[in-house]
Amino acid sequence: MAEAYDTLIIGAGMSGLAAGIRLAYYDQSVAIVEKHKTIGGLNSFYRAGGRDYDVGLHAVTNFTPKGAKKGPLSRLLRQLRFQWEDFALAQQQQSRIAFPGVHLAFSNDIRLLESEIARCFPHQIDAFSNLRSQVLDYDDLDQASFEISTRKVLGQIFSEPMLIEMLLCPLMWYGNARVHDMDWGQFCIMFRSIFLEGFARPLRGVRLILKHLVKKFRSLGGQLLLRHGVEKIVSENGRAVGVILEDGREIQAKRILSSAGWVETQRMLGNQDEVVGDEAGQLTFIETITTLNCQPSQLGLNDTIVFYNDSDRFHWQPPQHELCDLRTGVVCSPNNYLYDDAQQLPEGVVRITSIANFEKWNGLNEADYRREKLLWYDRSSDSAVRFVPEFRHHAIDTDMFTPKTIKRFTWHDNGAVYGAPQKRLDGRTQLENVFVCGTDQGFVGIVGAIISGISIANQYCLK
Amino acid sequence: MAPEEIREVIIEILGDIAPDEDLGTLDDAIAFREQLELDSMDFLDIVMELRKRYRVQIPEDEYVQLASMNSTVSYLTPKMATIAK
Ligand SMILES: Cc1cc2nc3c(=O)[nH]c(=O)nc-3n(C[C@H](O)[C@H](O)[C@H](O)COP(=O)(O)OP(=O)(O)OC[C@H]3O[C@@H](n4cnc5c(N)ncnc54)[C@H](O)[C@@H]3O)c2cc1C
Repeated sequence: MAEAYDTLIIGAGMSGLAAGIRLAYYDQSVAIVEKHKTIGGLNSFYRAGGRDYDVGLHAVTNFTPKGAKKGPLSRLLRQLRFQWEDFALAQQQQSRIAFPGVHLAFSNDIRLLESEIARCFPHQIDAFSNLRSQVLDYDDLDQASFEISTRKVLGQIFSEPMLIEMLLCPLMWYGNARVHDMDWGQFCIMFRSIFLEGFARPLRGVRLILKHLVKKFRSLGGQLLLRHGVEKIVSENGRAVGVILEDGREIQAKRILSSAGWVETQRMLGNQDEVVGDEAGQLTFIETITTLNCQPSQLGLNDTIVFYNDSDRFHWQPPQHELCDLRTGVVCSPNNYLYDDAQQLPEGVVRITSIANFEKWNGLNEADYRREKLLWYDRSSDSAVRFVPEFRHHAIDTDMFTPKTIKRFTWHDNGAVYGAPQKRLDGRTQLENVFVCGTDQGFVGIVGAIISGISIANQYCLK
Repeated sequence: MAPEEIREVIIEILGDIAPDEDLGTLDDAIAFREQLELDSMDFLDIVMELRKRYRVQIPEDEYVQLASMNSTVSYLTPKMATIAK
């Protein structure tokens, strides 16, 4: 039998690849085992009908300009030994939070959002500064202060309930695993990453980022094993000694880092769901992707991302009885970034995301599944064009994925996009040499997952 | 390695882990943390780079010795005396 790896990483998503780079760079023997036939996990890519698609990428959050020394982006570039130019990030044009009768524009310059709040909620501008300094002061990753109720904190700061809902809308959409309320720690992280730092995107999308990650990992001697699903983690006397793959083969390792999710990892450790006790995340989405025969700007759609909600109250929860809840949604146009040298995507793209119910989608038979997809494509577009210009008469192609698709390709329970509501900030499990990283450890999104992989690798596999 | 060579090694390492920092103006008596934007992840990298490049082992409870250039060099001098640059 081959020698044991120093570290075996489960999952070749953002967090697994980042952890792998760190460990391989410091001369560990590392293998990443990935169940899917390709890398990327929740933020992968695919080809359909002759077109390239990104699974998730609306925006890379946490944008900071070249030369910035602070913030998660510069930290991850330093830690992974990348140049700022490698990710070729182009900044957003402008985004918008759209509620009935009130629109707040924002960009990568916080002063725009401030002036918008001063315009729409003139009595709340001091409260907003107060919030901003509280967010900046937050620096505590202990579980107790992380889990304070954000709605409670905001209720004490603001007297305009609608402004609270408007601020929560984009931050929950891009990173809240909890239903209705949000952990204060998560809110602070998302506030910084979206309002104080900002949105950017490489022209070539998530492929470029993944290409750099995997190239670096391999060039450092890391092994990437695709189509290697882990069935079970094998332990002896409280320590993991390796894994058994779905095809029965065994791989030995001195340490295991899993990015498959908390509940999913517990199952590999042989714990049935009743024992685990924790629930998997519930929040999952459908997304429609429409290719246009023109640029979105020619239709008057100039925003990079629009977060809309059709009443004064923002409802962040999966629908109980229907397949989707269309009261709120996100419209993203990857064309609307300020790409270098006026480069542009060859075709216009409009992506619309809506909240969905995993069980309902998963329970449909094949024929109904196809029919419901068509139906909800129309409905979610109808819902979105209340807040953005009509675009469908320029459509030349459409694609769509559902919670079932997300589950099928990432194996996350419920197709949950932001993982379990309860995060495991310390990354530990009941075995002393098995750790979790990625979405369920606490940091979500592309940048968040990469930071999670780096910090868990640093903390437990390098020191 | 002599202390002066150890200093060069540290400058090289800092240049790799924080390429945007101006190291020409570094004051050896003052903590790195007060002059450079280094966080705990970067400090770990100084330790790891020393291990990777010169096989120098630094136990975790001695990381504090790497606070400034002066303290780093005097801490490393006995450890690296027999290592060639
Ligand atoms: C539709 C959508 C849109 C998104 N949009 C954005 C966005 O615009 N900006 C942003 O920053 N983030 C976005 N995200 C979120 C972001 O993609 C994720 O937070 C991030 O990619 C999570 O990375 P991860 O490494 O934690 O998990 P994952 O990517 O899920 O990695 C886990 C990996 O483990 C593998 N795995 C699971 N089980 C096993 C097993 N038994 N054996 C081996 N391997 C296994 C999976 O296949 C997967 O590759 C989006 C996500 C989705 C789904």
